[in-house]
Amino acid sequence: MLDAKIPAGELKDKWQNYKANAKLINPANRRNYKIIVIGTGLSGASSAASLAELGFQVEVFTFHDSARRAHSVAAQGGVNAAKDYKNDSDSVWRMFYDTLKGGDFRSREANVYRLAECSMSLIDQAVAQGVPFAREYSGYLSNRSFGGVQVSRTFYARGQTGQQLLLGAYQSLMRQSAGKNLKLNTRHEMLDIITLNGEAKGVVVRNMDTGSISTHHCDALIIASGGYGKIYYLSTLAMNCNATAIWRAHRNGAFMASPSWTQFHPTSLPQLGSYQSKLTLMSESLRNDGRIWVPKSADEKRSPNEIPDEDRDYYLERRYPAFGNLAPRDISSRAAKERIDKGFGVGPMKNAVYLDFKDAIERDGKKTIQERYGNLFEMYRKITGLNAYEEPMMIAPAAHFSMGGLWVDYRLMTNLKGLFSLGESNFSDHGANRLGANSLLQACVDGYFISPSTVMDYLAEIKPMEKDEIHAWEKAAKRTKEKVGQRIDRLLAIKGNTTAEEFHKELGQMLYANCGLARNQKDMEFALGSLYSIQERFYKELLIPGDAAAINFELEKAIRVEDYLEMAILIVKDALQREESCGAHFREEHQTEDGEALRNDDDFRYVSAWEYKGDNRYELHKEHLSFDHVELKERSYK
Amino acid sequence: MELQLHIWRQAGPDKKGDFEEHYLDDLDEHMSVPEMMDHLNKKIIKSGGDPVAFESDCREGICGQCGFVINGHVHSPEKSTTTCQTHLRSFKNRQTLYLEPFRADSFPVKKDLVIDRSAFDRIVQAGGYIGVNTGQASEANTTLINHELAEDAFDSAACIGCGACVATCKNASAMLFTSAKINHLSMLPQGKPEASKRLENMVTQMDSEGFGSCTYTGACEVVCPQDISLKNITELNRKWLWEKIL
Ligand SMILES: Cc1cc2nc3c(=O)[nH]c(=O)nc-3n(C[C@H](O)[C@H](O)[C@H](O)COP(=O)(O)OP(=O)(O)OC[C@H]3O[C@@H](n4cnc5c(N)ncnc54)[C@H](O)[C@@H]3O)c2cc1C
Ligand code: FES
Repeated sequence: MLDAKIPAGELKDKWQNYKANAKLINPANRRNYKIIVIGTGLSGASSAASLAELGFQVEVFTFHDSARRAHSVAAQGGVNAAKDYKNDSDSVWRMFYDTLKGGDFRSREANVYRLAECSMSLIDQAVAQGVPFAREYSGYLSNRSFGGVQVSRTFYARGQTGQQLLLGAYQSLMRQSAGKNLKLNTRHEMLDIITLNGEAKGVVVRNMDTGSISTHHCDALIIASGGYGKIYYLSTLAMNCNATAIWRAHRNGAFMASPSWTQFHPTSLPQLGSYQSKLTLMSESLRNDGRIWVPKSADEKRSPNEIPDEDRDYYLERRYPAFGNLAPRDISSRAAKERIDKGFGVGPMKNAVYLDFKDAIERDGKKTIQERYGNLFEMYRKITGLNAYEEPMMIAPAAHFSMGGLWVDYRLMTNLKGLFSLGESNFSDHGANRLGANSLLQACVDGYFISPSTVMDYLAEIKPMEKDEIHAWEKAAKRTKEKVGQRIDRLLAIKGNTTAEEFHKELGQMLYANCGLARNQKDMEFALGSLYSIQERFYKELLIPGDAAAINFELEKAIRVEDYLEMAILIVKDALQREESCGAHFREEHQTEDGEALRNDDDFRYVSAWEYKGDNRYELHKEHLSFDHVELKERSYK
Repeated sequence: MELQLHIWRQAGPDKKGDFEEHYLDDLDEHMSVPEMMDHLNKKIIKSGGDPVAFESDCREGICGQCGFVINGHVHSPEKSTTTCQTHLRSFKNRQTLYLEPFRADSFPVKKDLVIDRSAFDRIVQAGGYIGVNTGQASEANTTLINHELAEDAFDSAACIGCGACVATCKNASAMLFTSAKINHLSMLPQGKPEASKRLENMVTQMDSEGFGSCTYTGACEVVCPQDISLKNITELNRKWLWEKIL
């Protein structure tokens, strides 16, 4: 059984106790330790900068051409913190409870509590960096609500909160990179981990401009590579988001936790055609003022504005009167799918629902709505050519956030010693469903506040690499580097007739249809068979033009798709194994009479952590979750 | 929908480049420009050719990764729009499009439509930050910032670092980019202590990267996908005058 190494003590004291007992390294000795960070999103940039500030030697790799382009930049809606500025009875406890419940009681109490506890310092930190959060006329910070909660604890910078937070972290990173402690390498992709005596001790990276492959040593390795929702091809993620870093860590022994738990965001733009490469998100904050509906009749022919209220089905308000349009994401997405599947969908492909601002504009005026969501309406216009001030938006669920990821303990260290995982790349705080505005927070808290303490605590237990270990390390590094070279050569040599993107699209469709918003055994068994055969075809039919010695985007894609194909098989196996519904994992066999998720706490109150055994074989390890401070309840938003 | 494309091909930074022609007759007007490029590249790859190197990531106008010049328009013929947010409905059926990389001496072409914009990172590295270490911050509401000031700071901070301002400027000046960052930070109370040093260091770095000087033509403001205002440059000049001359 897996041990998360949760510190002793009362829930509210655990993190303080941990810090009070964490081992330290004398400031003068810190420069003898080398830390590698993969990724410059919110979690990677903030961790790297904070560790460099402490005096460690930090080297950072990102595949982007600038650290500022990590996909954290795309987060729109906001970041949560239990500041209770609104006097609406918010507290660390309430935020902890909301998050735990939102995650359908499939996350660790101690981690979630720590997230809520550190949320306040994050806002302080961001403000000090110059993040221009929205302000009241009085000059005080402003808040709004997000799905799944009844308080206003979301801080925001118009519709570009992720961008502004990321710029704060990026600027701190650049500040450190001007000094002696931090080296930043852009356009470098991590392709493997170097392990020595069962510990992570370095990485193999490929320079994507020159094709050269190099090895780098470290005493601790931090993976902050973001989410893998792009495995579904059509998603709200950026084109280049991928699972390679975590997948390679997994193949080196790190356990993968609950990989099938992917959140489908309810307010994305629907697919319009087969050429489409991504689904753009419309921030959930829109649900503060927008009302979601479909026509009551499946044969409705009128344009939305001509349909009177009595012919509209405001299905979220109908099914979940207490939370209405602010019901959590998994529930809202599933409710939309239910309507669409029954034929009530709207739009040219009947694959969308309406999000309507008519009432809000009547109530608050167009100007107010414009101030709140102006850039989102503008974005909607750019993509669809439609004016949402005059007619309702059309939205649909889309693959969005990876709750699953590398299994980590309380210190955010994987079971592979010396390997840490932060931000969306780990499985930690969100359980089976993440609440809106909690993941910018988690990425920041992991990076700014947790990893500096826990990584130092770990490093204090080991010594920097000694001279007599160098030889062994070099041998291991050489071996790993050769493996990476062979892998690339193998892919290039296939010379078939199908592009990596074609395989990726096929994979995405397979997952959407059989292991997406709803899953059942029959479909998943079918998907598993199909995935094996896609994988087989991949190695026979892949076509990569050019060679590895220069910029080759097709090679980059092929490497990522190869890992995605392997990971997809584990995703389906994970979803098949879990015979219950929880959060975003909705097994059709396990639902209540009125279609709500039916959890099975007796048999599945654990995190699934999979060990890689080679050739699409995996062994399941369980981390049992104990709930000592809250009562396990059916998650109701009615 | 059909389009005649002339696309800039260049094998490497010091190689000579030229336009290559492609005719596409099976496009959809709702495709975005990068989706059209995906479509084209698939055809090129399948016929044994070398696909066009171009960059994009978020495809929603926020990461600043994409961008090329389309018929002389930096990013897009549409206002306040990145290349990735430009859809084919912005063009006429059978129109001829010339696609070129953003051009500036400080943004060397790496391959085809891919350019090197690392100069921007070095400008930020020189001082585009507030020097606060993790843990030093005081309670967020102790410093009040009025609504308008926060909104103004946001307007300057919204820059996505795409480089369109440089690409469109006849002097290849990076003044809009640099001034927006300086103003964002220096107008906020938190950013004031370092304002003078920041100004000096960032402007010095900008000059040493080889960007041209600003002659205030205002072309940058027109192509900026985030509508960063020319007022940022006015404000920077005012600060510079105040610091250096008066
Ligand atoms: C459209 C959208 C909107 C969102 N809105 C919100 C919101 O309003 N509120 C909220 O709380 N959350 C939101 N989220 C979620 C949140 O933005 C992310 O979970 C969070 O930003 C992830 O940060 P990260 O640091 O883990 O990863 P990222 O920001 O994705 O960074 C990953 C980094 O890893 C690098 N990388 C990856 N693999 C490799 C490799 N092999 N080698 C080298 N480098 C590598 C990348 O280059 C990048 O620098 C949103 C997400 C999306 C997609
Ligand atoms: S791809 Fe991100 S701005 Fe265009």
